[in-house]
Amino acid sequence: MVIIIFSLLSGLLFGVGLTVSRMIDPSKVIGFLDVVGSWDPSLAFVMSGALLVTVPAFIIAKKHDKTLFNVNLTLPSKNNIDTPLIIGAVLFGLGWGLGGFCPGPGISALSFGLEKPLIFVSAMTLGMLGFDMFSKKTD
Amino acid sequence: MENFTPVPSLIGGLMIGIAATLLLWTTGRIAGISGILGGLLSRDVSNFNWRLAFIVGLLVGPFVVSEFGAGISPINIDADIPMLIIAGLLVGVGTRMGSGCTSGHGVCGIGRLSIRSIVATFVFMLAGAVCVYVTRHLIGWGS
Repeated sequence: MVIIIFSLLSGLLFGVGLTVSRMIDPSKVIGFLDVVGSWDPSLAFVMSGALLVTVPAFIIAKKHDKTLFNVNLTLPSKNNIDTPLIIGAVLFGLGWGLGGFCPGPGISALSFGLEKPLIFVSAMTLGMLGFDMFSKKTD
Repeated sequence: MENFTPVPSLIGGLMIGIAATLLLWTTGRIAGISGILGGLLSRDVSNFNWRLAFIVGLLVGPFVVSEFGAGISPINIDADIPMLIIAGLLVGVGTRMGSGCTSGHGVCGIGRLSIRSIVATFVFMLAGAVCVYVTRHLIGWGS
């Protein structure tokens, strides 16, 4: 139960951070990716601010190996650079540049009650489900 | 650079970092949104509750800013509906295939100094910049 409350708080603070940083606004994201146009470097500050906290946080977490509630860390096990990583990142980047939404801001933007974020998140969910179904079949 | 907002962006970024730390130090999990949403869609019942709680928090975040914070400026989405459908499908497939997005690879993966995530982040930012260059400057959408 404690874990659920902290997950909720973490998601909440994440959503607040996306809103305060304006990462939730697709035109802001496009402005960051538009390096040859009127480039807006703000989102580099979002990434830097986040890394300023997460780099030491991961060093401390790995040193203790367990969380504050004595739960084991569940970290990704893959270390190699493979084709799915690169192709997946290319496809994601193209979609990000096209709509200006990545998954987190897309979900948070649903709270505006607008049609467009809902369409984006629905298509994204469909893409995830489709990929997972296809990749399970070919395994 | 007329829209440059270094201070709110840095503060928001710190909040995102603290949020990822909170999740890591309590649940031991990576705050990767595509992984959390993807996991929620899978049949992994034992991890359903914390993932759902995180997504609910993410949805409520903007309300907290508008109710208790300085209010929210409206967002601008230039892309039309067909473009958003294509964008959504690309983001959905790409993040599952590449095992992460801006949060999982960018904030958390680079945070734990994973070479895999550093490469992925470089590649998706480059692909995003190329996409914006082609659509905004070569084709001329949204200008």
